[in-house]
Amino acid sequence: MPTINPDEVARLADLARIDLTQDETARLAAELDVIVAAVATVSEAVSGDVPATSHPLPLSNVFRDDVVGPTLDPEVVLAQAPAAAEGRFAVPQILGEDA
Amino acid sequence: MSDLITATAVELSAAMAAGETTSAEITRAHLDRIAAVDGDLHAYLHVNADEALAAAADVDARRAAGRELPELAGVPIAVKDSIVTENQVTTCGSRMLEGWVPPYDATVVAKLRAAGLPILGKTNMDEFAMGSSTEFSAFGPTRNPWDRDRIPGGSGGGSAAAVAAYAAPLALGSDTGGSIRQPASVTGTIGVKPTYGSVSRYGLIAMASSLDQVGPCSRTVTDAALLHDLIAGHDPRDSTSLPDAPHAYATAARAGANGDLSGVCVGIVRELAGAGYAPDVQARFEESVALMEDAGAHVVEVACPSFEAALAAYYLIMPSEASSNLAKFDGMRFGLRVEPAEGPVTAERVMAATRGAGFGPEVKRRIVLGTYALSAGYYDAYYGSAQRVRTLVQRDLDAAFGRVDVIVSPTNPTTAFRFGEKVDDPMAMYLNDIATIPANLAGVPALSLPNGRDSDGLPTGFQLIGPARGETNLYTYAAALEARLAGAWGGTPLLTHVPMNSMNPTNPMDPMNTEANR
Repeated sequence: MPTINPDEVARLADLARIDLTQDETARLAAELDVIVAAVATVSEAVSGDVPATSHPLPLSNVFRDDVVGPTLDPEVVLAQAPAAAEGRFAVPQILGEDA
Repeated sequence: MSDLITATAVELSAAMAAGETTSAEITRAHLDRIAAVDGDLHAYLHVNADEALAAAADVDARRAAGRELPELAGVPIAVKDSIVTENQVTTCGSRMLEGWVPPYDATVVAKLRAAGLPILGKTNMDEFAMGSSTEFSAFGPTRNPWDRDRIPGGSGGGSAAAVAAYAAPLALGSDTGGSIRQPASVTGTIGVKPTYGSVSRYGLIAMASSLDQVGPCSRTVTDAALLHDLIAGHDPRDSTSLPDAPHAYATAARAGANGDLSGVCVGIVRELAGAGYAPDVQARFEESVALMEDAGAHVVEVACPSFEAALAAYYLIMPSEASSNLAKFDGMRFGLRVEPAEGPVTAERVMAATRGAGFGPEVKRRIVLGTYALSAGYYDAYYGSAQRVRTLVQRDLDAAFGRVDVIVSPTNPTTAFRFGEKVDDPMAMYLNDIATIPANLAGVPALSLPNGRDSDGLPTGFQLIGPARGETNLYTYAAALEARLAGAWGGTPLLTHVPMNSMNPTNPMDPMNTEANR
């Protein structure tokens, strides 16, 4: 049974793009260790040839006809953005400082 | 009509049709009620008084002009803040979306507007629908009208508390693992999780897409059925929406109100009883089963052994899907944006800073847990096994419904717990959903109705689970039990017994401050 330590939480938080404080990291490590131990029983609950079900309904791609239809007003959408310029979303630089 | 806020939706509709009152009067009465009690209750995050009154005036004008209207036209409603509303703030209980005004309506909201239901406001909830107590709302908890020191359930505690406190006759909720039914159970209201895909999810802010479902909250089974009739149906904008099927849930509920269950076979789930279930909860459950037998039902025990692993499977599947769904909250296109305190301001660092500042503790916990469950090396053991357990849950339910018409259980193991009691013990909090989760994993419908009180006077809930697309029978059976229970309580719904901690003790006109209710 793997244990969740603060280093693992920090790695996962980095993957999930969430900044955590040291206190949050320590607290989450303790909590997740308990939760993971509890949910790990799931692997013992199923054996043999049981297929996985990812969804209550069988899924298939759904395509609409490729016709022009109404769209959201760009001004209304951009009004809710953290920053906008020249009719577009304004975002921080995409590449890191070494780029 | 004298009592506009304690009347059911059916009664309000009839009174409007008879010309005894108007939607404007009803809506104003509920806005007054909200103003009187919500400072204490905090069921609402946003109240839309002007728009609600305008919608009420519009439906009154259409009625006066002799237009034919849907039965619920003019009956006001509250909407959970996970469901987007055009031109009205929608936060999903999170600082991440504080002040966000959606540019479109969810399909269910568009249906409410088209049918003439004034929207009173948006109700409080656990942040991004993650929780069982509404303690994880970024804007503060909602209190339970039965006892303000206790939780109203979650994540839809605001919707349930608003209905229970007569601050709305109807509400919409969303149910991923029990977030409509568990709050209904602890507030003495009705809550329904429809068959997956039978109500559009377009415009519901997704937590776990394979589990989420919008559904009704009300004070009677027939009111829930009427609202359900209104919101159900195929939606081409939701790729998981089922093809349209005829339904008449209110008709089914009204048929059930005669209290007859002759020929109905009821299954009691062996695994949803015993240790962990409070004695009073178990006692009320057994009394309700006896009432169903009195009504002519045949009761048998059914085994669903996979249910013992369902909680663990759910707490792997749900955070896994949530970790993916919540990736959209990145500070780029809407909502909060936070720049890192130090170092370069790159998109990646802004995302991490924004998500670190904008998400609360439960959301961070579930995203990190989901990231772990999906990460290389653990995927098959955790996520893959959980999806196989989901297959077993479906098989167990299929086998059970080969023998019985409906499965019943207590909705929750306990009545409402006190604030803070489980907030630092996530597994204890998660265990609260043990009886509601299987229906979400299998995508089948389930309904909770109040079936009594514990020794502290707090409501208990009774859950009915049906096969997929089995809502019609579910409403018939629930209405029959409701009629039998009302008979046992002296002919009134449980909510008229709200006895504790009157929400407005200085107001002698408060319906929860009458001599009979103390």
